[in-house]
Amino acid sequence: MASLVGSRVERKEDKRFLTGKGRYTSDINIANQTYAIFIRSPHARAKIKKIDTSKALKSSGVVEILTGEHIAQDKIGGLIAGWAIRSEDGSEMKCPANPPLAKDSVNFVGDPVAVVFAETLDEARAAADLVKVDYKVLKAVSNLGEAMNSEAIHDGIDKNLCYDWLLGDRQKVKEAFEKADRIIKLDITNNRLIPNAMEPRACVIDYNTASEEITCYTTSQNPHLSRLIMSAFGGVAPENKLRVVAPDVGGGFGSKINLYNEEIVCSWASKKIERPIKWVAERTESFLTDTHGRDHITHAELAVTNDGKFLGFKNETIANLGAYARVFGTVTPTYLFGPCATGVYIMPAAYSNVKAVYTNTAPVDAYRGAGRPEATYTIERIVDKAAMELGMDPIEIRMKNFPTEFPFKQTLVHQIDSGDYVAGLNKAKEMADYDGFAARKKESESKGKLRGIGVTSYFEACGIAPSPVVMMLGCGVGLWESAEVRFNPTGQVTVYTGSHSHGQSHQTTFAQIAADELGVPIENIDVVHGDTDKGTFGMGTYGSRSLTVGGIAIVNACKKIVNKGKRIAAKMLEASPDEVDFKNGEFVVAKSNKKKTIGEVAFASYLPGVRDEVKSPLPEGDEPGLIESSFFDPANFSFPAGSHICEVEIDPETGHVKLDKYTAVDDFGTIVNPLIVEGQVHGGLAQGIGQALYENAQYDDSGQLITASYMDYTMPRADDLPDFNLGFTCTKATTNPLGVKGCGEAGTIAATPTVMNAVINALGGKEISLPATAEKVWKACKEMKKSNAKAA
Amino acid sequence: MKKIAIEVNGKKVSKEIQDHTTLSGLLRDILNLTGTHIGCDTSQCGACVVHVDGKSIKSCTALAADLDGSKVTTIEGLASNGKLHPMQEAFKKMHGLQCGFCTPGMVMSAVDLLKNKKNPSDQEIRDWLEGNICRCTGYHNIVAAVKEAASKM
Repeated sequence: MASLVGSRVERKEDKRFLTGKGRYTSDINIANQTYAIFIRSPHARAKIKKIDTSKALKSSGVVEILTGEHIAQDKIGGLIAGWAIRSEDGSEMKCPANPPLAKDSVNFVGDPVAVVFAETLDEARAAADLVKVDYKVLKAVSNLGEAMNSEAIHDGIDKNLCYDWLLGDRQKVKEAFEKADRIIKLDITNNRLIPNAMEPRACVIDYNTASEEITCYTTSQNPHLSRLIMSAFGGVAPENKLRVVAPDVGGGFGSKINLYNEEIVCSWASKKIERPIKWVAERTESFLTDTHGRDHITHAELAVTNDGKFLGFKNETIANLGAYARVFGTVTPTYLFGPCATGVYIMPAAYSNVKAVYTNTAPVDAYRGAGRPEATYTIERIVDKAAMELGMDPIEIRMKNFPTEFPFKQTLVHQIDSGDYVAGLNKAKEMADYDGFAARKKESESKGKLRGIGVTSYFEACGIAPSPVVMMLGCGVGLWESAEVRFNPTGQVTVYTGSHSHGQSHQTTFAQIAADELGVPIENIDVVHGDTDKGTFGMGTYGSRSLTVGGIAIVNACKKIVNKGKRIAAKMLEASPDEVDFKNGEFVVAKSNKKKTIGEVAFASYLPGVRDEVKSPLPEGDEPGLIESSFFDPANFSFPAGSHICEVEIDPETGHVKLDKYTAVDDFGTIVNPLIVEGQVHGGLAQGIGQALYENAQYDDSGQLITASYMDYTMPRADDLPDFNLGFTCTKATTNPLGVKGCGEAGTIAATPTVMNAVINALGGKEISLPATAEKVWKACKEMKKSNAKAA
Repeated sequence: MKKIAIEVNGKKVSKEIQDHTTLSGLLRDILNLTGTHIGCDTSQCGACVVHVDGKSIKSCTALAADLDGSKVTTIEGLASNGKLHPMQEAFKKMHGLQCGFCTPGMVMSAVDLLKNKKNPSDQEIRDWLEGNICRCTGYHNIVAAVKEAASKM
């Protein structure tokens, strides 16, 4: 049987999606359900003086209206930060309470204060309009740069500062900088983004009055973790009375990692009103209340020698947490960001200092790449600036500072097990026809256009993550993953995984892995995920961890199946287990033609006895059945890396940036399904390019989100993007048996600096802030023209 | 309230509906055809595209009350006798979908493109699909899928 790992297997999940039979949360309806509408703060910062629901309660069809008072009475807990980060001075981070419905104060536009349940959605909406909330409006802290000098938003949190964190050695950096020929300085803003999964968040809750069990269907990337938080911190119900199901989920990109207010409130309320509840976010609600991404202000300095060797790096960042610290909110700008700040380079000394602050804006959390795009953007922009100041080629300066021996101990934290950065950049250079750029630039110039080329080399630490490491760094849970592999008596296999697919194609990739391990046709393997009642516990999907952690748990469970199968087959074939080999789905006794298929062994395992033709005694000590589970905790992160090159053509008359060519060369170790991995890269690139050219979440001074619809927030569309030119190199990960590395976030991490380096290259080195919109580029072109005229 | 009689995926349907019921609301909430998705409130995302009398429209912007006598085809009605439409086959073959949420609208829109233009160029495909937002694929494989379908139809 040919190996499926490495094959372009078409997806098992596609048929249902292509025929309209996907089952997303908003497709679920339960008899007798009520509809929920949340009443949200229209102010960025205010005290709640009074909520008057009397008129609304009399409105047609209203079943119940609940507020923060009810939450407090029932002692329902709030949302939490999942990672405890300490400041440089050793003090603990400061986090405000985040009740599911605000009782005393609201801290961002969209913060929910009350909820209406009614017989129909129209009735719920009409009643919501009648709820009167009397606010005392306070001055909002909406500007990140000024937040530390503004009035404290939360009681007891001075300067709005959650923590002031340091990674690295300031003294060593100081010494390195003293030896430098040149210090390159860069001030950048990594702009705020809104993840915008195409499926708006939703939940449907069904409370069973007989079993007292709450079932919460929800748009989650990690249903088990949601259940844990809702039970342990929300106090909604014990875990055994709470079932969380994340059915088909329409994209997440980090925004569906968190458990949200609405899930807690509706789960709690369903039990209270003894009715099912349905809530579906409108798109503007998603814009306002989904966790946002990025939003850093950074000052960076790179110490270099005149011949382009890096000596040291400083990274001083202010990170926006928004109004509250959420699950990955505090770790994204620290351990997911700081260690990657030195990029793919040998950097003798470095530190990352991050001040995370609260503002009256939506909470900021992990968004595709989470910290690593911000880190990569900083280092790759400053390396380009160094090349320009030193008069070096951007590729030459990168090559000069790459490590060439692996494992490579990266400056700040990571021991990178494998990689070949030189090979990746060389391949990208060739595929992008880097040497032909000068001719293409001339050609563009002859048409009155500007052309620029941009290069990025990146690595990232993903496949999160080794539990001992993350728990030492402050994580509240271990980040292993679980799998269970079950053989039915008649030979089909069900694989349960604790990770969750919301577009990543687990049903296909994981079935390929299991098919190879077990020698069973892929058609006979089902992958099940997303239901806390079906699988064992799981940590979910984020941080490019599904394959490198969850996939390996499946491999290990399959290996256990094969081991037990060997013992059973040996008994059936009257041999010793040592003599039995397993290959292509068959247990074969060495040097003989005696064999049993894994299907026969599975059948026998369920019929341990002798009757007529059935003779399948189990080995002594083995229990019936062929079911095994595994919890895999990786020994290290996985470290994908690569080099991307793009070319842009700018029309100086309009400022329009045309993305002309984009080449991505990535090293993901072993690739299980190239078709799927290419898709992951394409999608990642689109989001990174989106940040570089189009997307920007913007609050005004009063804390109103002025980009809260697709009319105002620019999503990349089909006509904005080119075809992508992809290539791969392969150094296998040494830390897992498949040799795989994560691939989900790489495109997003690399694309933003690649495109911006190209735009800035086209503008002759003129700095421009994210995103390079036509307006900004047009202004830059005008200034260039002016200064060129002056020079002439 | 208004009574309308329409044909949905070849079946005659007669319903009493509210004046403000949209076509997407009729399909999803009354006829339980949940393949048509709602991804925004501003007619921007295109997840709700269906065919009305053979032409693609965003069903969130059409009032069902205006469609008396029309023939509507949704993603559920595209395959015939269990055989996928060439566009559905092509999306599968070229991995033109990931989370699947934008897919119904994307496919319905692409089918209409090929009705208008048999062999569209890459740019024509990208221009046509400008009203359908996909967050997962970066559109690369969607364009490839439409070309693949064009070559088979």
